[in-house]
Amino acid sequence: MSGSRSFLAKLRNGDEIVRLITLIFAATVVLITAALVWELWANSALPRQKFGLNFFVTSVWDPIMDQFGALPFIYGTMVTSAVALVIAVPLGIGAAIFLAELAPPRVSDTLQFFIDLLAAVPSVIYGLLGVFIVVPLMRTVIYPALNKPFGYLPIFKGPSYGVGFMTAGIVLAIMVIPYIISVSREVLLSVPRDQREAALALGSTRWESTWKVVVPFAKTGIMGSIFLALARALGETMAVTMVIGNTPKIAASLFAPGYSIAAVIANEFTEATGDLYLQSLIALGLVLFLLTFILNGLARLLIVVTTQKGSEAGG
Amino acid sequence: MKRIAGVAIGVLALCAIVLADNALLINGAGATFPYPIYSKWFDVYHTKNPNFQFNYQSVGSGAGIKQVTEGTVDFGASDGPMNDDQLKAYQDKHSFGILHFPTVLGADVPTYNIPGVNVALNFTPEALAGIFLGKVTKWNDPAIAGPNKGVNLPAADIVVVHRSDGSGTTYIWTDYLSKVSDEWKGKVNKGTSVNWPVGLGGKGNEGVTGLVKQTPNAIGYVELIYAVQNNIPYGTVKNSSGSFVKADLASVTAAAAGVAKEMPEDFRVSITNAPGKTAYPISSFTWLLIPQKFQDASKRDAIKGFLSWMLSDGQNSVETLSYAKLPKEVVEKEKKAINNIQ
Amino acid sequence: MMDGRLRWRKFVSNFMLAMTGVCAIVSVLVLFFILGYLLFNGGTSINWDFFTKLPKPVGETGGGMSNAIVGSGKILLMASIIGVPIGFLGGIYLAEFSGKGVASVVRYAADLLNGVPSIVIGIFAYSLVVLPFKHFSAYAGAFALGIMMIPITLRSTEEFLKSVPRMLREGAMALGASRWKTIATVIVPAAYRGIMTAILLALARVAGETAPLLFTAFGNRFESHGWSQPTATLPVMIYTYAVSPYDDWHRQAWAAGLVLLGLVLIINILARTILSRGIAVPRS
Repeated sequence: MSGSRSFLAKLRNGDEIVRLITLIFAATVVLITAALVWELWANSALPRQKFGLNFFVTSVWDPIMDQFGALPFIYGTMVTSAVALVIAVPLGIGAAIFLAELAPPRVSDTLQFFIDLLAAVPSVIYGLLGVFIVVPLMRTVIYPALNKPFGYLPIFKGPSYGVGFMTAGIVLAIMVIPYIISVSREVLLSVPRDQREAALALGSTRWESTWKVVVPFAKTGIMGSIFLALARALGETMAVTMVIGNTPKIAASLFAPGYSIAAVIANEFTEATGDLYLQSLIALGLVLFLLTFILNGLARLLIVVTTQKGSEAGG
Repeated sequence: MKRIAGVAIGVLALCAIVLADNALLINGAGATFPYPIYSKWFDVYHTKNPNFQFNYQSVGSGAGIKQVTEGTVDFGASDGPMNDDQLKAYQDKHSFGILHFPTVLGADVPTYNIPGVNVALNFTPEALAGIFLGKVTKWNDPAIAGPNKGVNLPAADIVVVHRSDGSGTTYIWTDYLSKVSDEWKGKVNKGTSVNWPVGLGGKGNEGVTGLVKQTPNAIGYVELIYAVQNNIPYGTVKNSSGSFVKADLASVTAAAAGVAKEMPEDFRVSITNAPGKTAYPISSFTWLLIPQKFQDASKRDAIKGFLSWMLSDGQNSVETLSYAKLPKEVVEKEKKAINNIQ
Repeated sequence: MMDGRLRWRKFVSNFMLAMTGVCAIVSVLVLFFILGYLLFNGGTSINWDFFTKLPKPVGETGGGMSNAIVGSGKILLMASIIGVPIGFLGGIYLAEFSGKGVASVVRYAADLLNGVPSIVIGIFAYSLVVLPFKHFSAYAGAFALGIMMIPITLRSTEEFLKSVPRMLREGAMALGASRWKTIATVIVPAAYRGIMTAILLALARVAGETAPLLFTAFGNRFESHGWSQPTATLPVMIYTYAVSPYDDWHRQAWAAGLVLLGLVLIINILARTILSRGIAVPRS
């Protein structure tokens, strides 16, 4: 009675209306996210019922026989991301060290500006370059360089098709370097000055103070940047499907063609006839979502922890 | 800044409304196999009838079947006819059926990119099955070299290319392989999307052609016109009578000659490995998938109009793109079947 | 002895630091390489036809991507109309009105949404917008892209609003302005630059997205009219043409790539210049 009257009275107050409106919009965000998760879960029920946990360890993907196993796609996603990190992490951390420790502030900011632009390049453009530059390069330069001397190793065995795990890994590496650089650079910059100066005062060289003191201090944040880069690599669709070979097979050789979760969804979603087929693809989408969710969460945690550590220790 | 944004929005919105002219848009999606002739047809038809825009998206037969069943497109297209399960699924979903209308005859050809080899290789059914099963792995394998004496085949690994998407072209190819190889039938069988033993996946006939064109020592299967338009060599195939036949208008037409008179009512038929000395063994019809009932009368009439045109004028332009015309008997039957669309 | 060791350590130090410089240069060079390659291949292919003509039937040369350019524009416009208000107003709520509990839930949801791979967003938009309405459409594509714009807009709005100094807030309220008037006339304008930057960056991010459009906007040989028809878009055309075997289509793919990249980079540079010109009020 008096409660409702005061609600109406509050409503006449502009503040309350604005508060309600903005609340509704904020709630919409939560609603959309919840709906997305729910749709993913609900629409992947069939393979969960039919295959259970076997879904994750079966490697057969046969639409005719209605047999669906996620293993080749999980494998492909992992391998291409691993190759990407092996290439991008040393390059990225090296560049970040340069930008944070060595370069004068203006140079550092300018270079960072360009690196941020690199992060903005759309995925399909990387795919375009992948198809016309990286694939021929793989066939003519990289494959001979690795296969002739090291062809006895399982990862470098076998023929080259131009497309394959390694090609996709290289393209992904270029795509994730900017993330490693910009986050690592910020994290390194937040390491308090006295850490460096103490090391130098004790007689270490510039490199030693950087590598043995500053970087370990920022270690968790750098870890976080790697997780962020990994999360980006996992979800990448267009660039990967244009250069990976689209073959749902597990192979030891990095030169073999493969498939990734995002690529198979992009290729087969509009044509999956039959509920089990479609829902198996959605189940793959759910797997991908969970992986990136966990990685992003961990990344954020690690980065926050490091920057806090920096500000605390700095005093 | 805000004013500029506001004006820009206003202008764009106006454009969107004003440019909405009276043309009726009819959406279709499906097979890449007949895409060259469909895109030509729809282009010509639109010039003749500016009120109708047929928007055809070449996304593969599998997607064509799926999307027409979902109702997100007005018609579909496929070179693998819908099987009974798919027909039933459509019927259950819509409470009316879906009709198949053959449009042209085409051929799957084995196309390859072997450095130094520009001639048409002769392929036996055993060689093709062996290659795609992953058992014949080198170009100079006796199974391939046997019928190709005089050709210098390298000892290189064969790179097999197949479709990564659900494909009628795949259906035709695997249908043929299932007929000529028991091992293939047992291991892989036929379908628009199969569990390939080996090979890279390309999206659409376009993607397979692209991969074969760029990858040395590759072999793939594509519709004839894709090999022709892109100047890549394609081989002959040994037919059921023992002759090595190259895919062309005559041999494809010969393959359909047998069924022309006994075409089933629903037009679903397979002509792979057809009898006849000059028949090309990997030929096929390709179909438009038209729902039996249309809620929108103008769409229905537009589609019926197009089908009539396709069966008469349209057939005159197919040969320039290396597709073969439909047999006369089939055309007559289809003209009657158009009346089944309500 | 010590001298030798010291010299070695100094050598290692100089060498390693030089290597880090190499890493940085290589990373930046990649950008210039991409730009250069696109400029070369795309620049030679761009002509007036590209912007004004429709695609030609398969195998024929010529034609352009006028429908895809317009289509991308329409979808991005509508995506902004969907995503920006939700993000902006939601951000205002987080910064000005909410309690800690609600705020963290909303923030968490936004971060979750931000991390969703774009192909999964495409699945969501297909189930929610394409299937029930039974057709592919521009607004389905706009819905997918709009959702992707929300998290960036929301978080940035919140951050920039919060960074407006208390003095301004308290000053306005001391003068008798109500809460919402303060927000509308003082705080938001003060944070305007930052928020504008965020919106532009969000736009640039979704402008290049291809995967979600595959199952929503689908594609159109013609110009799409209105919002409820399948629509051609630049990124999807690039993808389709790039994997095809036709040289003329490859040429057009490069041209489209140049246009798309140019658009994205211009928006990015614009956004960052706005931000670097300084926030309207110095942060305290």
